[in-house]
Amino acid sequence: MDIAFFVEVLAGGLLAGVMYSLVALGFVLIYKASGVFNFAQGAMVFFAALTFVSLGERGWNFWLALAVTLVVMVLLGLAIERVVLRPLVNQPPITLFMATIGLTFVLEGLSQLVWGSQPHGLELGIPDVPMEWLSQKWNINISQFDIFAAFVAGLLVAVLAVFFQKTRIGRALRAVADDHQAALAVGIPLQHIWAIVWGVAGFVALVAGLIWGVRNGVQFALTFVALKALPVLLIGGFESIPGAILGGLIIGATEKLAEVYVGPMVGGGIESWFAYVVALIFLLFRPEGLFGEKHIDRV
Amino acid sequence: MSGRPVGEVTLSVEAVSLAFGGVKALSEVSFDVREHEVRAIIGPNGAGKSSMLNVLNGVYHPQQGKIRFQGREFEDMDSHEAAAMGIARTFQNIALFKGMTVLDNIMTGRNLKMHCNFLQQALWIGPARREELEHRRAVEEIIDFLEIQHVRKTPVGRLPYGLQKRVELGRALAAEPKVLLLDEPMAGMNLEEKQDMCRFVLDVNDHFGTTIVLIEHDMGVVMDISDRVVVLDYGRKIADGSPSEVRGNQKVIDAYLGVAHSA
Amino acid sequence: MLYREAGQFKSTYAEDQQIFPIRQDRVAVSLLLAFAFVVVPAIGDQYWLGAIITPFLIFALAALGLNILTGYAGQLSLGTAAFMAVGAFMTYNFVLRMPWLGILPSIILAGLCAAAVGIVFGLPSLRIKGFYLAVATLACQFFVLWVLQRFGWFTNYSSSGVVTAQQIAILDFPFNTPERKYLLTLGIVVVMALAAKNLMRSETGRAFMAVRDMDVAASVIGIPMMKTKLLAFAISSFYCGVAGALHAFCFLGTVEPEAYSLDLSFRILFMVIIGGVGSILGSFLGAAFITLFPIFLNLVSTGLSQATGVEVSHALISNLESIIFGGLIVFFLIVEPQGLARLWQIAKEKLRLWPFPH
Repeated sequence: MDIAFFVEVLAGGLLAGVMYSLVALGFVLIYKASGVFNFAQGAMVFFAALTFVSLGERGWNFWLALAVTLVVMVLLGLAIERVVLRPLVNQPPITLFMATIGLTFVLEGLSQLVWGSQPHGLELGIPDVPMEWLSQKWNINISQFDIFAAFVAGLLVAVLAVFFQKTRIGRALRAVADDHQAALAVGIPLQHIWAIVWGVAGFVALVAGLIWGVRNGVQFALTFVALKALPVLLIGGFESIPGAILGGLIIGATEKLAEVYVGPMVGGGIESWFAYVVALIFLLFRPEGLFGEKHIDRV
Repeated sequence: MSGRPVGEVTLSVEAVSLAFGGVKALSEVSFDVREHEVRAIIGPNGAGKSSMLNVLNGVYHPQQGKIRFQGREFEDMDSHEAAAMGIARTFQNIALFKGMTVLDNIMTGRNLKMHCNFLQQALWIGPARREELEHRRAVEEIIDFLEIQHVRKTPVGRLPYGLQKRVELGRALAAEPKVLLLDEPMAGMNLEEKQDMCRFVLDVNDHFGTTIVLIEHDMGVVMDISDRVVVLDYGRKIADGSPSEVRGNQKVIDAYLGVAHSA
Repeated sequence: MLYREAGQFKSTYAEDQQIFPIRQDRVAVSLLLAFAFVVVPAIGDQYWLGAIITPFLIFALAALGLNILTGYAGQLSLGTAAFMAVGAFMTYNFVLRMPWLGILPSIILAGLCAAAVGIVFGLPSLRIKGFYLAVATLACQFFVLWVLQRFGWFTNYSSSGVVTAQQIAILDFPFNTPERKYLLTLGIVVVMALAAKNLMRSETGRAFMAVRDMDVAASVIGIPMMKTKLLAFAISSFYCGVAGALHAFCFLGTVEPEAYSLDLSFRILFMVIIGGVGSILGSFLGAAFITLFPIFLNLVSTGLSQATGVEVSHALISNLESIIFGGLIVFFLIVEPQGLARLWQIAKEKLRLWPFPH
């Protein structure tokens, strides 16, 4: 077996997994802080990328476009919290989940209504070419851009982890996720907290949108990255930031390896379901994921 | 006091110990329950009373000890077996099916007695129809008995707390149990509701001869309706006897007053 | 005045158990059925029958299947379209390879195949709950579709991956016109809806709802978890499988995997949410709404563009549809989580008092 090739595939898978984690992070943030499983995260990624790219195409400066898009995402998050979540605050989680499904459709339609439905390319200045010294020294081709993406994801995760663990707001967010009533009772301003959470999730969606936009182009299919993030969440647990990373790495690696080594044996195309089946099997052994909270039913 | 003469021992636990991680909920508890009697389990908060009840109907599995019911011995009884053998119960924090009506909730209590398969039910042919009506009749008698006819078609989630507790009792009764475990049946009730509930419990014991094991905090109720009392404290049995015996027991008084003692 | 129940007393439990205890309801439903079976095929034009009413019935059946699993038994499923696909493909194969079976047995067998797949993918529900289960059902959706596309046996090794559904005939009576396809679909849907109603008001239905509301308590009182959950998956998948078969044979005319994508699963979920979770009537109302709404939107936009002279693009309509659908989902969840079925019930309550205000 060609070791260099294997390492290449493995590295490619791990890096792809990091990109899945980026999307999964958005889910985890919102779930961790409000108990809502935000199915619309994929649509948010799409909306963010599309807004940024469209502004860029209209000649806006890179940093200005970035800043404006960020503001738009935060405002979007606030609007979602106000219009969709607040009226549903006491409903069971399944209702909130279905509301986010509805939200997905609204966002998808809105994105295309405002910005049109042609695909766009996206450039961030880092070329998608193999790292020279790796490919020359060991004959392993790993894209520079993938490494950049991994670096960005790592940075984001570190920042978020510190935010949740060490800051006052982070603590408040965790309190809110645990028990709304109790958080209110100790004076935590629920509405502000949720606004912050959705704002941060919007920011994460923007980062994910940019990274994925370079990789796959900014087009409607981008909304489907959310579907790729779901198996990551199943493995990592819905409430764990490190879980999102670990889950992403596992899914990315196994999916890529299966695609290359197992795929040809069964006729290819297994990427559509392989990640899900892996997650499913994993769940049978650990129903709450690697780092998920154990669910105790009291009677 | 029960109307029928109390019979032989029907249910007993021997040296049952139960721990959750490091927390010892029960330590070597042994007591028995006689047929047709009303047995109360009392004790301060955290004494392990609900855990004991959960062990009795197979929801918790003790690490040590045995359970004997109707002559059969179990180290590990699962809740399904318990239900099938005739042990029914109510729960401290009402475990009703909030989306269903009162009638449907009580009908679920009959599930172990229904034998038609889903195809027969889908086609609504003779046996399925007859079975449904026959069980409906039985459940309506329970509804009459508990005086909840006026709310039979109301979704249970909309009822006041006291009525919900009554419906839960109805569901347990629907199973025609030999032993009925009641977890704080009077909790959260006002005087009138408590009197009603006491009346029902005693009627059940009197009329159907059902053996009753109940957890209760209201001493007045315990003294009035129970035949024998078991007292738990910190997971251990500290007294066992008639209500008046237990009431005068110094250890029991100490436990309730919170007098410090070696664990 | 018309709707008062005065004078209608139930003196036996049997009377109380009826599906339509109020006489006016019974009359209305009989009239509706008579209208549907006799009048509609006579006056309906081909387009309405073939492109609107028949698919409405088919989707109502699928929504009914999903409602049994998600609405009554509380197991959220996003894989509905996959079960429909199994039904469609297996019916095609039974008719192709065992033509002596006849179309109705073929559809039933295909439904049973879908039920088997449902049981396999329902097994995780014994360990996994809520969103985790929903995501697991996506595994079913993607995997089943891949299998159907990957293994040529299913499409009889057709090069395009799309096959034409065979003509249906029962005892040499061909069902080859929209009217006849409509009647066949209507007949099957009415029978299955009746069966579903019977099931849901029997012990099976109660067991499903108990598992939905509090499964720990349900198992403590003796309701078997595994059997109940798997039965829910099996029955639900059977219904979706039959709907899929009808979808291919009485509506599309072709058997193709693309028709059973994740998008369809979501559409049917929307029908269930908007129509009313846990309601047989709701499945029909939701299906009617989702089937008719795009047509309504089309009419409005054509009307508007004719009135104002502004060209309305296809993409615009499609995006508007997305936005409005999504918006309606959120709207219904906020305002009336029990959907159109509940609104219908409220209307009936008001009708009982009409013309008096209270």
